[in-house]
Amino acid sequence: MTLDLGFLLGQFLAALASASALFLVASGLSIIFGVTRIVNFAHGSFYMLGAYLGYTITEALPTGVLGFWGGTLVAALAVGVIGAAIEIVVLRRIYRSPELFQLVATFAIVLIIQDATLYVWGPVERLGPRAPGLDGAVQILGEYVPEYDLALIAIGPVVLGLIWLVFHRTRWGVLVRAATEDREMVGALGVNQSWLFTTVFFLGSALAGLGGALQVPRESVSLLMDLNIIAEVFVVVVIGGMGSVLGAYVAALLIALFNAFGILILPEISLAVPFIVMAVVLIARPWGLFGRPESGEHQQALSEEPLRPLGLARRAAILAGVAGLAGLAFLGGRYGVVLATDIVIVSLFAASLHFMMGLGGMASFGHAAYFGISAYAAAFLATYAGLSMLPAMLLAPVAAMLAAAFFGWFCVRSTGVYLAMLTLAAAQIVWSVVFQASEITGGDDGILGVWPDKWAKSREVYFLLTLAIGAMALVTLQRIAHAPFGYVLRAARDNRLRAEAVGVDTRNHQWAAFVVSGVFAGIAGVLFVFAKGSIFPDELAIPRSFDALLMVLLGGVQSVFGPLLGAASFTYVRDEISRLEYWRFIFGILIILVVILAPDGIAGGLQRLWRWIAARAGFRRVTPDKAEGA
Amino acid sequence: MSTTPADGPVLEVSGLSKSFGGNHAVREVSFALGASELLALIGPNGAGKTTCFNMLNGQLRPDRGRVVFCGRDITGMRPREAWRLGLGRTFQITATFPSMTVIENVQIALISHERKSYELFSAARRQGRAEAEALLDRVGMAGAADRHCAELAYGDLKRLELAVALANRPRLLLMDEPTAGMAPAARVELMALAARIVAEEGVSILFTEHDMDVVFRHAHRILVLNRGEIIAEGSAEAIRADARVREVYLGGGTQEPGAEEARPHA
Repeated sequence: MTLDLGFLLGQFLAALASASALFLVASGLSIIFGVTRIVNFAHGSFYMLGAYLGYTITEALPTGVLGFWGGTLVAALAVGVIGAAIEIVVLRRIYRSPELFQLVATFAIVLIIQDATLYVWGPVERLGPRAPGLDGAVQILGEYVPEYDLALIAIGPVVLGLIWLVFHRTRWGVLVRAATEDREMVGALGVNQSWLFTTVFFLGSALAGLGGALQVPRESVSLLMDLNIIAEVFVVVVIGGMGSVLGAYVAALLIALFNAFGILILPEISLAVPFIVMAVVLIARPWGLFGRPESGEHQQALSEEPLRPLGLARRAAILAGVAGLAGLAFLGGRYGVVLATDIVIVSLFAASLHFMMGLGGMASFGHAAYFGISAYAAAFLATYAGLSMLPAMLLAPVAAMLAAAFFGWFCVRSTGVYLAMLTLAAAQIVWSVVFQASEITGGDDGILGVWPDKWAKSREVYFLLTLAIGAMALVTLQRIAHAPFGYVLRAARDNRLRAEAVGVDTRNHQWAAFVVSGVFAGIAGVLFVFAKGSIFPDELAIPRSFDALLMVLLGGVQSVFGPLLGAASFTYVRDEISRLEYWRFIFGILIILVVILAPDGIAGGLQRLWRWIAARAGFRRVTPDKAEGA
Repeated sequence: MSTTPADGPVLEVSGLSKSFGGNHAVREVSFALGASELLALIGPNGAGKTTCFNMLNGQLRPDRGRVVFCGRDITGMRPREAWRLGLGRTFQITATFPSMTVIENVQIALISHERKSYELFSAARRQGRAEAEALLDRVGMAGAADRHCAELAYGDLKRLELAVALANRPRLLLMDEPTAGMAPAARVELMALAARIVAEEGVSILFTEHDMDVVFRHAHRILVLNRGEIIAEGSAEAIRADARVREVYLGGGTQEPGAEEARPHA
């Protein structure tokens, strides 16, 4: 590598331009989170919409400086209106739901916008016009730098300055800052909260839309834009400190620079660079560069009911579930047995996530890492070491355990969304290593030919094996939940201070729970790899982690049945509708319906339905009924 | 559990100081607490009582000074380590495990005390059940063992907290405003219970309190804190007669005793 000054400067300026683009999107997300505490996964979709709208509007307007910049602004405003509308129609209904539940709704919005965009603009990529007057390049130290990049470099700080002015010179801005600091206090002061939330959503979405529209001259507009940017935007917001706009700018610079130069220094793991930066920052500063710990301990009192041992009715429900699965496997033909096997595996995976999330109070955005590590370990053992199936199944979860112990040690030093982002970072690092170390892992081509031993080759036998192992694992997780460890873990989640004051090392218990959770995800992983006969990097990528997260949240975090119901219905319904053309749209609508109708998840909703029916039928037991209306 | 010399103090605090950004919250506080003593720490709002408490059980690291518990220097020790030595506490804003039942709350403390919290496969439900029932009986909560903690009345939460704090047979209990937010009759009842525990089990209690009625009726000895410093110390009669105390409470423009109520429990 030669140290060519011109080349380095070129990289540097390109990084600054990317930083501006990243900042525009990230600042919007940060503002939204700061005020509403919603982890908005749909933010990448607003960015994508901004790009499509910017493309269409500038095409429609007469070419020229006014047409381009005017069109860009109109696109940004239009996205702001869409964002505000979504807040009013969907998100407003679920502000009182448990923490992170809104995340499910925003994920549904991602799906809906995906298909809506596909419907309006079609699957073909669009190449937008260049910015008039800025379509050339200037030569600096022998490097050609696009003029448009120079404009972007200026736009970032300008927008930062404008936001600063709004936040410090207007009453609205002061309210936004106050709400970021202490939401309840602002509510108590008589500020119209829903109006504030809607306007904040408008501004945040408009900023994402602006970022998207400004991207049109730089890259082609496509349906992949939303998911391509969202992880990086979250990284930027978290590094900067959630709610801090200045932090978002500094973090965007940091990430853009590391991206530009990291690829020169560490090409092998270049994809993981932003996540490594985030992990390092969070370990040094658990609330990001400019973030502050949540002011006060305004912890919502949990309405959760005590964990009771399984009663007769629930045992019967379990048996019915198992019978249903067996029926699907043996009467549903080849297709049925595959689906039933999948449901068992995914249920175990979701239950393992529920263990750390529901009992331990630690949400993970990267649980697929442990599922995937174990699956890869089994594949290595079966192919390279030539082990037969059962020993490989037994040994592989050890790899998941070690990885969970390693990453978990860092993660439990944080809490809440920051902890979740660290788990995401861990998973992305693992994913990029697997993806880029293709000599060992086969990279994108994966590892093929990992089949069960001869005795378990038939799908039906393998289903029974999966059912047996899965059931044993689920029963074991239940036992742990009802063991002293499970009790103390819940105590630490309920009230960390109180738990420490009775001698509990809460962090260590959380760490142990992280490891337990990783092991059980690993067991699901080995069952998966022998069921499919192959493993690809996709299995430990973000979408797989989010699937598990959605299953747990949709099913109901507060119920031990939640993850199982969530996993089964999620897998079954998606399987049923994914043959339709616009299935994402339908799936998104279904998720939103569940979110609005059953804010406590499917399990909670069914429970309330059952109580309602029971009351109607007149055989209601007399019990104090706390869950209702809570 | 550590042993104390028969009549040596349970707690010896010397020169304890803490400031927050130039504001001296606690300054050169020294006092001792004997076995089976019920000592009250009083003072107007912002006098530094809670800061003092937080330094005693390790929640906050003092800038200067020493905390000696049963002959052992515990300055800067973590709350959970101090608890293992027999120093328990209750909180100003009640702290329980809201998703659990009353008896489970007590069982958690017992499980922790017996160092069984990493057991993965035994059934926690039976863990220390009898002992937990006895503790609940001690605080008059035996009938509520299987109720959901989140549905308890405020006074019951306070009593539950006391049962939890007693689970590891502490030598010293720190109680931060144990009766805040309770009705007058319930206040007297709770402090009478605390006094009984001191008399019958040899536990020492250091408590802060705003209700002077409660303080004068139950405390063996009283410390008065004002602006981070101890300004008086002695029996109820002595404190009642002390001119400086009168000034702090009645003249100095600080709030009247009893004016501050804990925030209602949400």
